Amino acid sequence: MSSDTATSTGRAPTVFVPSSEALATVLAPGARPPRPSPLSASLTFSWRALLKIKHVPEQLFDVTAFPIIMVLMFTYLFGGALADSPRDYLQFFLPGIMVTSVVMITMYTGVGLNTDIEKGVFDRFRTLPVWRPAALVGMIVGDVLRYILAALVILTVGLVLGFRPDGGVLGVLAGIGLLVVFSFAFSWVWTFFGLILRSEKSVMGVSMMVLFPLTFLSNVFVDPSTMPGWLQAFVKANPITHLVSSVRAAMAGTTDASAMMWIVLWSAAFIVVFGTLTMYRYNRR
Amino acid sequence: MSRRTTGLAIEAEGLTRSFGETRALAGLDLQVPAGAVYGLLGPNGAGKTTAVRVLATLLRPDGGQARVFGHDVVSEADAVRSRVSLTGQYASVDEDLTGTENLILLGRLLGLPKSAARQRAEQLLAAFGLTEAAGRQVKKYSGGMRRRIDIAASILNTPDLLFLDEPTTGLDPRSRNQVWEIIRAVVSHGTTVLLTTQYLDEADKLASRIAVVDHGRVIAEGTPGELKSSVGSGTVHLRLRDADQRPEAERVLQATLSVPVQLEADPVAITARVGGDGTELDASAQAARALGELSRAGIVVDDFSLGQPSLDEVFLALTDHPAVPATDERDDELEAAR
Repeated sequence: MSSDTATSTGRAPTVFVPSSEALATVLAPGARPPRPSPLSASLTFSWRALLKIKHVPEQLFDVTAFPIIMVLMFTYLFGGALADSPRDYLQFFLPGIMVTSVVMITMYTGVGLNTDIEKGVFDRFRTLPVWRPAALVGMIVGDVLRYILAALVILTVGLVLGFRPDGGVLGVLAGIGLLVVFSFAFSWVWTFFGLILRSEKSVMGVSMMVLFPLTFLSNVFVDPSTMPGWLQAFVKANPITHLVSSVRAAMAGTTDASAMMWIVLWSAAFIVVFGTLTMYRYNRR
Repeated sequence: MSRRTTGLAIEAEGLTRSFGETRALAGLDLQVPAGAVYGLLGPNGAGKTTAVRVLATLLRPDGGQARVFGHDVVSEADAVRSRVSLTGQYASVDEDLTGTENLILLGRLLGLPKSAARQRAEQLLAAFGLTEAAGRQVKKYSGGMRRRIDIAASILNTPDLLFLDEPTTGLDPRSRNQVWEIIRAVVSHGTTVLLTTQYLDEADKLASRIAVVDHGRVIAEGTPGELKSSVGSGTVHLRLRDADQRPEAERVLQATLSVPVQLEADPVAITARVGGDGTELDASAQAARALGELSRAGIVVDDFSLGQPSLDEVFLALTDHPAVPATDERDDELEAAR
């Protein structure tokens, strides 16, 4: 095998001979440009996330196929038992399953970060003189696009199955907006775990352990008034419950002010607490 | 305007860093003059990678301090980052992206406008012989190409100090020569290079000063020549015309040099150590005397050479153990740092 040709191409080997003139051109010190603004650096990192989607489109599988399966499965599994028909259940259920699917997808932020660290490319990013959180903010902004895509996929499936929200286009968009804001904030939990855990697998494991109870022990599937008191207490405190309530309200064309306030508080808390912890670990590694 | 600095590029005093039970750095001192290649030589697990990661602001030391161009690597990390770049042992570009995309990404992060970043990427790819591979994902590159894109990414902003962590490990000889050529070009344009290597000949060929690292500290420092002469001996290689004269030659050499003489597999070849070893004569004088004695004894010498000891011998003399690889440091670090 020649060192100068990739194995995957059948091209004739071309031997690279370093030319001192060509090297001299690129090594001549130019004026150093001013460092990019935090926004510009973050957007550059999110461009990287988009390029990765372009080169590895399979990674969109979890934001397309997974949500479709979730909607179909639970609509027909519970629809007849919990409401008069799957179509009736869907009016209640769709905002909930949208929240569940998108919140579950947030864990891939941690998995992706962990993989980056393992591969060593983060070492280069960490030696760059840019605003420190930019690499992580950019990564999460890239993930936000995936969340939006997943939400739209679920909405489409729902509309096909007969979901008819009273809130109309604006209500639905407001609902998706709330969900995306919360998911952006919630992703910082996973960047933290992505930094402290050893492997991709353990990040997945921890994520599942947190996400399953969080999404199922909520008002996503059933009305909490049917649950025992101790469980109701948990469900009422669960941020997913507040998120589902506010998304449901928005899509139904109303506003649940208290749920909305809780979502703002939870989102702020996730960013402040886990954003800080993440940056602390990121800098201390 | 010159951004180049004379004086010291790196000053480190008493750096320590442990990962769990492993003491990767055990009081490392280093003074790296600006404008040349400085070699950090040692086997795997000696602490070279940890040292580089501390100096490149990726890792905080447990103790001691280090300055890069006068900036403290912990308290002034940002100032250090704007003057250094690192090519690590592991892929330091994004393997899912193409060569061009990687370089544009880094150019943008270093503050270049879009068109300038693209232009710079094309320039670099051409200079590093990667134009043809520019549109391919880096994971499809060969080992040599990958190293070159790594180094191209590191000099995007012509850093004042470039860390190269074992840049030729795992490369075939031709790719290794290409990397050497690039390193020489980088230094000739004023960038200081801190090169870690476990290959003694690599440090010998590229570095103007070398620090030998073992168990997390510097055990010897100097120019390659100084290190060799500090071990205190050179080697005389002789080839005789007549193999029958070898026993006689061996006797004469032993008597003259009073050191063990080695008979080589080739029946006319004979090797002896000279210099050091308590005599007042230096290596060349001793060798000359030995040659004179041989000639007086009527022994015909066809080929004669006096060489310095190899760095392998130096390493053995300094550490009492040969330069064998131990464990992989970064793995230790990943294990312990989490």
